[in-house]
Amino acid sequence: MAIVKLQRPKLNFGEKIYFGALIKGFFLTMSHAIKTLRGKSVGAESLASSGLGITMQFPEQRWDEHMPEYYRGAPALVTDEQGRERCVSCQLCEFICPPKAIKITPSEIPSDDPWAKVEKRPLEFDIDMIRCIYCGMCEEVCPEQAIYLRKDYLITGLKRADMVHDKKKLYEIGGTRVGLVNKWNELK
Amino acid sequence: MPEIIFQIAIIVTKIVILTFVVVLPLVPLSVYFERRFSAIIQDRVGPNRVGIPLTLLGFKKDFHFFGLIQPIADGLKLFLKEDFTPNHVRKAFYWMAPALTVVPALITVCVVPFGSPISIFGHSEKLVIADLDIGPLFIFSVASLSVYGITLAGWSSNSKFPFIGGVRSTAQMISYEIALGLSIIPVLMYYGDLNLSTIVQQQADHGWLLLPLWKNGHLGLPDLNTALFWFPAAIAFLIFTISIFAETNRMPFDLPECETELVGGYHTEYSSMKFAMFFMGEYAAMVIGSALIITLFLGGWSIGFGLDAWVSKLHIGNIYFGGLIHMGCFLTKLLAFILFFILVRWTVPRFRYDQLMKLGWVVFFEAALINVFLAALIVAAPQLKSVIITSGAVLLVIVTAAVIWVAKVSEDTAKVLRA
Repeated sequence: MAIVKLQRPKLNFGEKIYFGALIKGFFLTMSHAIKTLRGKSVGAESLASSGLGITMQFPEQRWDEHMPEYYRGAPALVTDEQGRERCVSCQLCEFICPPKAIKITPSEIPSDDPWAKVEKRPLEFDIDMIRCIYCGMCEEVCPEQAIYLRKDYLITGLKRADMVHDKKKLYEIGGTRVGLVNKWNELK
Repeated sequence: MPEIIFQIAIIVTKIVILTFVVVLPLVPLSVYFERRFSAIIQDRVGPNRVGIPLTLLGFKKDFHFFGLIQPIADGLKLFLKEDFTPNHVRKAFYWMAPALTVVPALITVCVVPFGSPISIFGHSEKLVIADLDIGPLFIFSVASLSVYGITLAGWSSNSKFPFIGGVRSTAQMISYEIALGLSIIPVLMYYGDLNLSTIVQQQADHGWLLLPLWKNGHLGLPDLNTALFWFPAAIAFLIFTISIFAETNRMPFDLPECETELVGGYHTEYSSMKFAMFFMGEYAAMVIGSALIITLFLGGWSIGFGLDAWVSKLHIGNIYFGGLIHMGCFLTKLLAFILFFILVRWTVPRFRYDQLMKLGWVVFFEAALINVFLAALIVAAPQLKSVIITSGAVLLVIVTAAVIWVAKVSEDTAKVLRA
């Protein structure tokens, strides 16, 4: 094996006396400090930061506008344009969910309901947001396109019970999703 | 008898106000500045949240004050932490050490002049706790006691890292104390006085040591002798400032507590308020160090440019309040210098230990010694014949060359080891 002998670099007088480098360092650090004080630090524009460094200061500044199209936030149930809940409680999402966060209690739609033809809907639909890993498998597996990952990311609660999203909360987050599935539309 | 009581009351008031109202709050303030300044240097935000939580009381908005209350929150946290004493420590010294680092730093406050005398109803009072005639010597003798705190902390912790930290700090502080003491001899020769109040008064009248641009209240270029003395003064300032950095264990010289090598250094085994006292001692030493540098080299409380006499005469009725303006000026300078300390900490990388020792013993010790002779020559020049001045200058050049040559020769080149 070859032995590589490394020579220490020869320093000239200016480098040995060290002060030049110190003053250069002062200029560097002060330029960063002054840029930050003027709100023009690194990433102030490109990363839409607060200008005090690259940090975005959270409660005042949010990254909502900067969120990518494909962002996976909280999973939520959606209704279609007629206000019908799309979920038919097939429980595929419950079975695919890797952390077992989803719990569905299925029930039948009574025969006098205008959507009696759909036959099933969930009586209860709970997603435990402590368990959820935002993987999006429920969205992928849903045959009715009833569950979607929305862009909500501020899922907080003071106790464990707060973190379980029930059916009402899920529809509140999800809202209406227009188009795509018209399978149960009477007119078609 | 009432006269004595009056005197004692004044002294106690001065101690309480100058130490606990002026200097002690500077310690958390410099901690805050340290964190914010380092943050903006490194493109971060730093602590900017802790303020008055008005929302807890039902108001709409909190007051943040740029996070200025953060040090108080930190202090409160340290108070509430468990004060854990490990089983293997030497208890008495372990308990004594934190106090030994804080107390000397705070004692030295007493000779620092904070402003020109304030006069109320004909009674004039100097803004200094003890107007000693041995100012800098007193500061050196007391401040060097704080090495005991660090050393005892390292030794009494009875574990490896604190011990190494303590030993390092002892060696470092003793080495740099020599350069520290020698470097201000030119300054003391120039003033011919050891009383810090007099030194500052002289600077107010005849220009700061590093900025001699006015004389007796008139702007103007200094005479030849003063101008020449600027060079030894600048060298003394440089050596003194860097030695103060070493003395306060600040960044380029913070080997006693380098986190990368020694966990926390001498205070590894300390927790809660005992740790906080080391922390406070370090920052108090920094405050006092900068106060001393300002007092000796940068005009102390003097506003400069010949304005001081005018400021001293400001009065409402019988109350001459110019001293308070001077005190504000002093504190402004102090804060600026503390910011400089912080800038240095976040700019200059730490020295290796042998480099540190070499800098102290080979460079600064010799440079300070030569500087003493140079200053003596310049100070004495007006009284001497030109032959003596010339021979002195030649001698000085020869001695300097010899010292540089010895330093160069003694610099051992690494020998190639052969197995």
